[in-house]
Amino acid sequence: MTIDDRFARDFRDDDPDEEFGTRNEIITGPVADWATDFSHVELEWSADPYPIQDDLRQRCPIAHTGRFGGGWLPTRYEDVAAIAYDTEHFSSRSIIMSNFRPPHEIAPVGGSPPISSDPPFHHDARKLLLPAFTKAAVARQEPATRAFCHSLVDAFGERAVVDAASEYAQHIPIRVIADMLGFPAEDGPRFREFVENTLEGVNLPPDERIERMQQLFDYLLEQIRDHLDHPRDDLTSFLVNAELYGRKLEADHVAGTMALLLIAGIDTTWSAIGASLWHLAKNPADRRRLVAERSLLPTATEEFLRAYAPVTMARLVKEDIRWHGVDMKADDWILLSFPAANRDPAQFDRAGEVVIDREVNRHAAFGLGIHRCVGSHLARMELRVALEVWLERIPGFTLEDPAAVRWSAGQIRGPRTLPLRIG
Amino acid sequence: MKVQIDSERCQGHGRCYDLAPALFGEDDEGYGQVLGDGGVPPGEEHDARLAAANCPEHAITASEES
Repeated sequence: MTIDDRFARDFRDDDPDEEFGTRNEIITGPVADWATDFSHVELEWSADPYPIQDDLRQRCPIAHTGRFGGGWLPTRYEDVAAIAYDTEHFSSRSIIMSNFRPPHEIAPVGGSPPISSDPPFHHDARKLLLPAFTKAAVARQEPATRAFCHSLVDAFGERAVVDAASEYAQHIPIRVIADMLGFPAEDGPRFREFVENTLEGVNLPPDERIERMQQLFDYLLEQIRDHLDHPRDDLTSFLVNAELYGRKLEADHVAGTMALLLIAGIDTTWSAIGASLWHLAKNPADRRRLVAERSLLPTATEEFLRAYAPVTMARLVKEDIRWHGVDMKADDWILLSFPAANRDPAQFDRAGEVVIDREVNRHAAFGLGIHRCVGSHLARMELRVALEVWLERIPGFTLEDPAAVRWSAGQIRGPRTLPLRIG
Repeated sequence: MKVQIDSERCQGHGRCYDLAPALFGEDDEGYGQVLGDGGVPPGEEHDARLAAANCPEHAITASEES
């Protein structure tokens, strides 16, 4: 019997947030001028955003759009860092740039704490999670991750062409986070749907978007109730029992954090693994060097994270402000592009090149400031193990068909179709 | 040579204890910690400089002792 009142009813029944907030017109279609009309969900951006970012950095450097109800895109490292550090003027109340702005009252907690939280609440919500994600804690997942990577390669059999995105990269973070949250491993395919709905569905009609998000929270509530009946040593039971300010977490805090760990833990790492393999498939000299010089892999991994940083965040402007030469309005979006920051020549030598033995690499792939990715140690472990196993088992591989490679749209960018020829 | 971490700036990226494990460790929440008194033993100077140069938050200094 479930005796925890927090989850006895559907916690969304007494949550009015759904009905408030601001919606605006959905604008899609080709971009005329990236400086005045940018959109990170258009095909041209997802296929290759770097020339666009480089051009904007030269001539703009803070682009604007009227889409999504209005927003700004800084492209210099200095500007991206300044906004990441400035929680006084920029809120994390929503970190996915879409056509919906949640109500102001949702701050400082937000829908998925702590990524959606502002100070001072942010610090306390984050502190709860940190011990589970230290380098030492995630090292305990490494043997199982390695064995799982081997089993994925085993499953390729004798085939000469495999899809490294859908048959390899994708499955690794799904399995790892399912284990950590204590979700059934066979539910993996549903997680992919949840991820796509959350991050790639930003231009869907509102009703459809809400319906799809409901499916995610239905699933999480199902898992929470199962953990109440059958407590175990995993992150779900931990969150259900965790306390803040002397009392257990609110139901929507528990579910929101679980949603965050599930969504943010999957397609980010999937993208980083896929982009690294894509690079190595296209650059035989780098691939051969890493196969021969395995100790270089950690350095190379950091360079892949810099050059192909998968994650772009968003912020909302708190109040009208003149900022670095542009007039930002309250509730304008900021598309906080760590990928653009990571390719700023003012910050990095040979910024546009992938230099796999780059020794000094102060990149911002995991963000900067108080919202540094809480899963960064887990992501680095998964990425390193995924590449080690792949290079050990499949030292020779090339792109089967460059035109067939498909990249995800939206704030998380990585290959979703990546046919590679083995040998 | 001596290393220091500015704990106000450190956000727990962990580059220091990845790159210079003889000089830095992590605390229970993943924030970087200087091991011992921060003195850099002979042979560890390169790692000390590497850790300082790779900290995304500019939280680490590696300075010559006066």
